[in-house]
Formats: sequence, C-alpha cells, structure tokens
Amino acid sequence: MTTGTVKSGADSGESAADRDIVLTVEKVTKVYPGTMALRGVDFEVRRGAVNVLVGENGAGKSTLMKIIAGVERPTEGRIIVDGKPVSLTSTADAVRHGIGIVFQEMNLFPNLSVAENIFVSREITRPILGVRHQEQERLAAELMKQLEHDIDPKALVADLPIGQQQIVEIAKALAQDARILIMDEPTSALSAAEVDILFRVIADLKSRGVAIIYISHRLEELIRIGDYITVLRDGRITGNERMDKIDISWIVRQMIGSDAKDFADGKHAGGGAERLRVENLSLPRPGGGYLVDHVSLSVHAGEILGIYGLMGAGRSELLECVMGRHPHASGSVYIDGKKSTARDVAGRIHQGLAIIPEDRQRDGLVPILPIGTNMTLASLRQFCLGPHIRIAKELAAVRDFITRLSIKAPDPARQASSLSGGNQQKVVIAKALMTEPKVLLMDEPSRGIDIGAKSDVFRTMRRLAAEGIGIVFVTSDLEEVMALSDRIAVMSKGKLITVIDKAEATEEAVVAAAAVGHRKARSEPNAELETTA
Amino acid sequence: MTTAVKDMTHGGGGGGAALALNVMRLRTFIALFAVLIFFSLAAPNFLSTANLILMSKHVALNAFLAIGMTFVIITGGIDLSVGSIVGLCGMVAGGLILNGVNLDFLGFAYTLYFNVPEIILITLALGIFIGAINGVLITRLGVAPFIATLGTLYVMRGLALLLSQGRTFPNLVGNPEHGTEGFAIIGSGSFLGLPLTIWILIAVALAAAYIAKRTPVGRHIFAVGGNESAAALSGIRVDRVKMFVYMFSGFCAAIVGLIIASQLMAAHPATGETFELNAIAAAVLGGTSMSGGHGTIGGTIVGAFVIGILSDGLVMMGVSSFWQIVIKGLVIIAAVVVDQAQRRLQHRVVLRQMASET
Repeated sequence: MTTGTVKSGADSGESAADRDIVLTVEKVTKVYPGTMALRGVDFEVRRGAVNVLVGENGAGKSTLMKIIAGVERPTEGRIIVDGKPVSLTSTADAVRHGIGIVFQEMNLFPNLSVAENIFVSREITRPILGVRHQEQERLAAELMKQLEHDIDPKALVADLPIGQQQIVEIAKALAQDARILIMDEPTSALSAAEVDILFRVIADLKSRGVAIIYISHRLEELIRIGDYITVLRDGRITGNERMDKIDISWIVRQMIGSDAKDFADGKHAGGGAERLRVENLSLPRPGGGYLVDHVSLSVHAGEILGIYGLMGAGRSELLECVMGRHPHASGSVYIDGKKSTARDVAGRIHQGLAIIPEDRQRDGLVPILPIGTNMTLASLRQFCLGPHIRIAKELAAVRDFITRLSIKAPDPARQASSLSGGNQQKVVIAKALMTEPKVLLMDEPSRGIDIGAKSDVFRTMRRLAAEGIGIVFVTSDLEEVMALSDRIAVMSKGKLITVIDKAEATEEAVVAAAAVGHRKARSEPNAELETTA
Repeated sequence: MTTAVKDMTHGGGGGGAALALNVMRLRTFIALFAVLIFFSLAAPNFLSTANLILMSKHVALNAFLAIGMTFVIITGGIDLSVGSIVGLCGMVAGGLILNGVNLDFLGFAYTLYFNVPEIILITLALGIFIGAINGVLITRLGVAPFIATLGTLYVMRGLALLLSQGRTFPNLVGNPEHGTEGFAIIGSGSFLGLPLTIWILIAVALAAAYIAKRTPVGRHIFAVGGNESAAALSGIRVDRVKMFVYMFSGFCAAIVGLIIASQLMAAHPATGETFELNAIAAAVLGGTSMSGGHGTIGGTIVGAFVIGILSDGLVMMGVSSFWQIVIKGLVIIAAVVVDQAQRRLQHRVVLRQMASET
C-alpha cells in the first residue's frame, strides 16, 4: 500500500518526485474526428494500488487508457514513466515499459486457442520446430490456476462464454509481467462469483507492487476495491481523491455535476392484457441437452419482466428463440394472444417484437453506416411510399428520436462508429423503438453504460411500459433486476426456476434460485461457468 | 469516446491539407479528366465525336457489369461468373435467332422460333436465373461467393461452348420467315444521336443509383455488407438481399451478352472472358470497398470510363497491348493507394479543424 501524499491532479510537475508514482499523464489532449475526447488531462498512477478512473460514457476514459497503452497517441501532452518522458507509439512500446491492458471490447482471436491467444506475438519458440505449444499450454494452465479458472488452454476462444473470454484477456496481460495493468470494465461480463475471484487476483497483484488502473461503471465495486479515484467528465478531470475520503454520492457529483438517482421512479403500471406468452420454448445444445429447457412465461402490457441468472443460464438464448433467430428451436410464441407463425426475425419484428442485443458491436450496429441509417434500419417500411424512401420524413423521425433518447450525436449523417458506447446503445434502442414494438426484449441493456446513460435507459423502459409495451429484460445485476422488474424470472442452466412477484421478491430468494443446479456456488466457482458452447 | 461538438465549421483551418483532401475525394473524376486531356493532346482524332461515341460504347459494356458487381461487392461478396454469363447469354440469343428451338425431342417435327423481343426477354431471364443459381449456392448451401461463382464461371463457359460445339453463330440478321430479324438494333441502333447502348446504360445506371440511395433494398445491401449479424437482427432478410444482388449482376451480364452479339451480329462462345476482372477493377477504382458496406454507382461508372478511355487511348497512341495491361494494373493499384492516403488525410484535416475551434 502506498503512503504517498495525494494532491489534486493539476500540479503534476512536483509529483514526479513522488516515488510511488510510476506513471504520469501530463496535460494530454486528444482530438478525434468530430470530437475532443480529452482536454488537458493530468493523471497519476501509483504502484501497489488500485487507481480507479470513472466517468460517464464519452467522458474520455477509454481514450485515456488507449493513450497509456500505446494504442493511440496524444494530440498534445506527454506521458512520464518512472520519471522519464516516454513516447508510446505502439502497444509493443507500452509492453516494454511494463504496461498491459485488458480491453473493454474483447481483443481476442476467436479462431485461436486460449494458449495461443495468451502468447500471441510472443510465442514461445525453438529453432526450426517453431512454436512450443505444450510449453505455452502448460504456462496458460498455470495462469488459469492463478485466476482460479479451469479453462482448457486448448479450447478455442470462440467456444468460451464471454465471461471466460474476459478471464483469458486478463491472463494475457498477466503473462506479459505487466507493472502497470489497465483494466477497462473487467467485470461488465462477469457473474458475482467471477468478480470475487477477479478481486482476489487484483489484491494479489497489488501486494506484488503492480499498479492497477481500474475503470468501471459499478460504483459499489469501485468503493470496494479502489485506493485512489480520478473522475473524468467531458474529457476533463473533475475530481481526484483517496478512496477512503469519499463516498458514492461524491463520485456521482463529480461525474454528472449533481446527485443523480439510479433508477427511474417505480410507477408500475402492470395488469394489462397479455402481450407475449411463450410455451415450452426449447433450444437443443449442440453437444446434447438444452440451452433453453422447456421455458414457459408471459408478459403483460405495461409490465417489466426481469430475467436474472448467471452466465450461461440460457437467458440470451431464450430471447433469441423468442425473436426467431434459431430455426431449430421448438415451442410456441403468442403475441397479443395470437400464435406467431413467423419463422424468422423479420417476421417476428413485423408481428411486434423487437430486440436490443447484448453485444452491440457484433449484433446491434452497422458501424460504417450513418447514425440515422442505423436507427431506421428496422423500420424503413414506415418511411416508404412504395419502394421510395422519403428522406425528409426519415430524417425528421431520426431527429425526434435523437432528442427523445438524448443521444449525443452532432450529425446523424456521421458514421455510427464515431459515437461513444452509451450513445451507440441508444442508437440501437432507437432502432428497436422505431418499429413500434408491442414487446421489447432487452439483453443486458445497461451493459458497459455509465450512470447517466443508465438512468436514461431505465427511464425509457418505464415510459415504454407506461405506454403499454411489454418489456422483457435480461440482466446480471441484482440491484437492477430488483429495482426495475414488476416480476422477476430466474433462470439456471436453461431452465426457468421461478417467477417471483416484485412484492415477494428478496435478494436471497433470487440468488438462491439462480444457483439451482449449481453445486455450492461460492466454494466451487467454476461450477457456474459451465461452457454453453 | 465522444463528446458532442456544437459547431462543426466546414472548410475552416488547415487550408492546404483541406484542398489536398478535396482533390483526393474527386480523384476518380480528376483521373478521368487527366486521361481525357492527355489523350486529346497525345492522340489525334481522340476528341472527335465519332471516337468519343465509339469509346463510350466500349466503356458501356464494362460499366454494365461493374454496376452489378458494385452491389455484389457492397454486400461483401464477389461475382466471378459475369464474363461467362455474357458468353452464354450471347450464345443463347444467337442460337435462338439462327436455329430456334428444335422440338424434335418432344416428338414434334417442328422448330420453334421466337421474335426478337421474346429472345431479349428469354436471354435476360436466363442471366437472372444464373444469378439466382449463384444466390442459392451462396445463401442456401453456404458456399463462399468466390468459390460458388468460380464454379458457375466454368459451368456457364462450358455450356456456351457446348451450344455450338465451340463454333461461332454467324450472321445473326435473322429470317423474315421466322420473324427473327431486327436483332441488330440493340447494338447499332441510335436515338437522338446517341447509340441505344448508351441510353440503356443511362437507364440501368440511374435505376441502380436510385436503388442504392432511395430504396429499402439499397439500404439493406449496405447494411448486410456492413454487419450481417446486426442486419439480420434488424429484421433484414439477408438471404433475399444476397439473392437480389447476384440476380441483378446476372441481369447486367445478360444485357452485355445481348449487346455484344448484336454489335458483332455473331455470337462467339469465348466472348466475355476476363470481363469479370475489368468489372471488379472499375468498381474498386470507383471507390467500392472490397470488405463490403461501401461504394457508389456514380464512382463505379467513372471508374469504368477511366479504365476504358485508358485502353482505347493507348491503342490510338499505338502503345503495345502488353504495355496496356501493365498500365491498367498500375492505375488500379494507384487508385487504392490514393484511397488509403485520402482516409488518413481526412482524419488529419478533421483533427486540425477541431483543434482550431477550441
């Protein structure tokens, strides 16, 4: 643990003398097309400590990390490692200075094995015979043991659930003997038990003197694990403190300028007509058994149904089946009491379903198309006269939704990839809403979103429910499912364990139901990580 | 990480780079004017009306194929079979005019002849049908576009040769007795001083540009190329979009088959060999991205003109045809290099504008 004095981030010239500071970012400015991501940022990283960085989506956290990791170069300013200014022009440079990063968006090769990913570009080789696969696999297995996961080093990354992929990312950074380890939203895809393991790993790294830069939106988590905290807002540092001197409301104030409420007001409409009913929905697992095991449930107009469960419980697959994405799924879907005959996604959308996918990069956005085009992609028909798109009408609708969902998009003609994560998510939500759905399926709608965007999303969910839409949302966040749902459905290993009314739901009951079928979740953390592939 | 910028002023800051950027954006046009000016000085008679019209007719053939190819490439695919479709469609049209359909195999001692409009429709339908075969191979049977269309490239070329045992169908003037005369009008007819071929090209190009910009199908083509999975979850029937682009490409190839057979008044089974490569080159020269999701019909047409004028101009200058091939290759490589340079410069100019605003 560090004993260094804490100062406000501005006077970094003096702090170079501070022996605990391994890395200093000095007056860094970064400009991107259309945006100014960082404005004169000062940031200090201390060894043997967890240096937390928080901020809303678009505040510039990821950009700052990319600069430290050598992925991007600052437009102005400099980076000082161990008292000496360095120029980081590539990740290789950063690695040479002992800087490792676990990216928010996975940077793994799905077509390579776990071991190959961990040692990519640093393969262990011998002359002529090439890569020593066995040695790599042995070391990978050791790393996995250290991380308390028994992921097979020979398994293809594509076959791992996203939570385990995150573990592989962390192992990859550890394998590089990083002195400074950047973790960008490392827990966003992890279950509670996996988070505990990660925190133990972090504590271990700290005791070895590693400086950890930790980025997350989960404030309780930051309070729990952080030693120092730096808050970014609109590309500027707005706060810099020791963690033991501050509380959540301080963080929130620095982040958005005033105390914000996490969840929108609980005006539960509910009690309307049945919007969606699924009966005996099943999706066979390729290796035998079921990913979704004979699930039946229903959602009424004005109701928010939360689906809680651990990683691999089959929640996303359930939504995909309802959406018609899996042709070999069995069971029936009723929309407004009528049995759906549509066999594919297009038909289901037409009948009144819409989905916000879990992975917006992979399934949500067409990044190279304009923001506006992305928003109207699922609902073009309503702007058409015959085969002709009425551009003016389309643009009016796009602008309307940009305002309604408070999307920070200066120009709807710009590429969707130019937006920050939270705003991209809002574009995906706008796309779904433009189809005027009867039932909205949302898969982890708040994943990787900051408080501001989160409450925007939650408020939108409430408003939609009040308008008579049935909402089904999947989440791994217990607090979220408790606060937002009118009823809570808990899944485990593909089965629907129970559906609890909000009035009767307790956190204990929900957690207990989620663990059904798993042996003692705490002491055997791997039991809940059974691969879904 | 994005922060909304309130005022985006265009053109402010970084004057020199901004100018260079505009030059690069218009590079295909600039290349077009460059070759026009160069050859008008270097080759006598180059700018004569007769020569310009002749060149346009040559360019048009490649432009048709390139338009179809552009859609295919935007979806992230490729269509190698267009050259063979040109050959087969020309042979079918020629065969129908010359020999009709012999119904002996049905037990009738009768030969069925179609009139020219019917032959045109049959030929176009054949092109669309072959495109549909490509589409089914790619969407239903999961064959990679490169392999599927490579396969049909061979099959269709082989069928074209089989139709005549490798011989040419000569002298397609038709026979008044069978009502098959008048085929020449497609290739050599003209209207308001412009060849009919050019009018057809204008019609097809306008239709394609309209599809790309203003119809749901067009949007879907770009979406499928940009992110197929997101497109599917947005309710786009990805398979149908792919079927459409390959069928449209087949349709364009059939038009070319008809025009060539009509211009030559003969159908040769080897017609159209390597045409697919010229079409791809025109699309790429016009800014279509081989990784999908990006491209314009206008760019492709200009690209086709640059390639066409270059080859015709070099012929007029008396440059060896071997050198022509080398030069064509260099131009394509240069186009893509400039494209990359433009992207980088664009990045820099915008950054400079932003910095000057703050």
